[in-house]
Amino acid sequence: MATERKNISEEKEAKKKEMILFLSNSEEKEHFLSKGNRKLLSDPLDDNNPITVQVLGICSALAITVQLEPAVVMAIAVVFVMAFSNIIVSLLRNMIPSRIRIIVQLVVVASLVALVDQVLKAYAYDVSKQLSVFIGLIITNCIVMGRLEAFALGNGVYKSFLDGIGNAAGYGLILIIVAFFRELLGSGKLFGFEVLGHKAATLADSTGLYALGYENNGLMLLSPMALIVVGLLIWVQRARNRKLIEEN
Amino acid sequence: MDFINLFVRSIFIENMIFAYFLGMCSYLAVSKTVKTAVGLGAAVIFVLTITVPINYLLDNYLLRPGALKWLGAEYANVDLSFLSFIMFIAVIASMVQLVEMIVEKFAPALYGALGIFLPLIAVNCAILGGALFMQQKDFSVITEAITYGFGSGIGWFLAILGIAAIREKIAYSNVPAPLKGLGITFIITGLMALGFMSFMGIKL
Repeated sequence: MATERKNISEEKEAKKKEMILFLSNSEEKEHFLSKGNRKLLSDPLDDNNPITVQVLGICSALAITVQLEPAVVMAIAVVFVMAFSNIIVSLLRNMIPSRIRIIVQLVVVASLVALVDQVLKAYAYDVSKQLSVFIGLIITNCIVMGRLEAFALGNGVYKSFLDGIGNAAGYGLILIIVAFFRELLGSGKLFGFEVLGHKAATLADSTGLYALGYENNGLMLLSPMALIVVGLLIWVQRARNRKLIEEN
Repeated sequence: MDFINLFVRSIFIENMIFAYFLGMCSYLAVSKTVKTAVGLGAAVIFVLTITVPINYLLDNYLLRPGALKWLGAEYANVDLSFLSFIMFIAVIASMVQLVEMIVEKFAPALYGALGIFLPLIAVNCAILGGALFMQQKDFSVITEAITYGFGSGIGWFLAILGIAAIREKIAYSNVPAPLKGLGITFIITGLMALGFMSFMGIKL
């Protein structure tokens, strides 16, 4: 009985592989990391960054950047969800009727997010409490839906996978930069370690920068500063990369 | 809980945009002119007021631990809360579809005014955020959920109306080139959010 079941599952596996081969036939001749594929990965990091250029996925990004740790966890969760939702939707793309595709996409993404949520609750409960509803909000994170609509529905499996990883990485990059500045300037810590020295009740007992009279900038801990930091990031990026400047 | 307190809290203190940054994507994309901003804002109020109470019922009678007690004593220990994401988003997507059809049939003028914005709302984080915060807040009666949904919608509407009015005017000012468009909008939103923080601690 058990071997029979194994045979069936093996058969299914083989069929799946066949289908993947069939669906990605067109790109099979291309090298795995050819120039075009590498561009899929690197473009979203700068020239086509999902947050600062495409303006996608800001919703759940900003509220969790007070500290680095939740920002990193969020970035990893989004990489996972985007890579796999892109794969699944790309596999299904020829079977989804276009009228109900939004609901199908939402269900695919929602199941992946539910998986991430359960794993976080099981293995990283504190972070999961800190992220609260924002893990759930990955579902409606426009970056996931946007890439599914714009890329996975029209491209092969491997390319969609790379696109998912690239865009999620571009998103995570901004998240981590913002969280780095907010945690460093706001509480003088990185990942919870006191990198600028220890602040004690009196100046004489303090160490590091605090001994010189340095104070943390409490403003950085407030949520509006996330928006202003992103605004400044956009300024820096566009000053460097002038072709991104908007007309108005 | 006091309804007026809840209502004012959800508009000003726990504003969807300025306190939680929910629905930012459409907020940034559709705030170039006041007219379109009003259309989208109205649609958001509409959908939030409908979906939050529906999800409240779903949560209370189906999803939370012990919610299935009405089916019989043997179901009292069932906990389906891991399904809440899928259920909420399915409700929201189908409600948006339904609302779109109803509005098209019975209020063609409103439908024309809302236009493309109604279907877009299915993926507006503010809607799902409203449902998830509602789940977190543990309301005891459904009227609280309705008040919360309506209040959050109005808060979102006020925010997008404000930024759209500012952006219309800012077209005439001399912004540094790399800051034009998106950059300055982010910074203004940040400053507006700082202003909204002064509502914190208000008790009614």
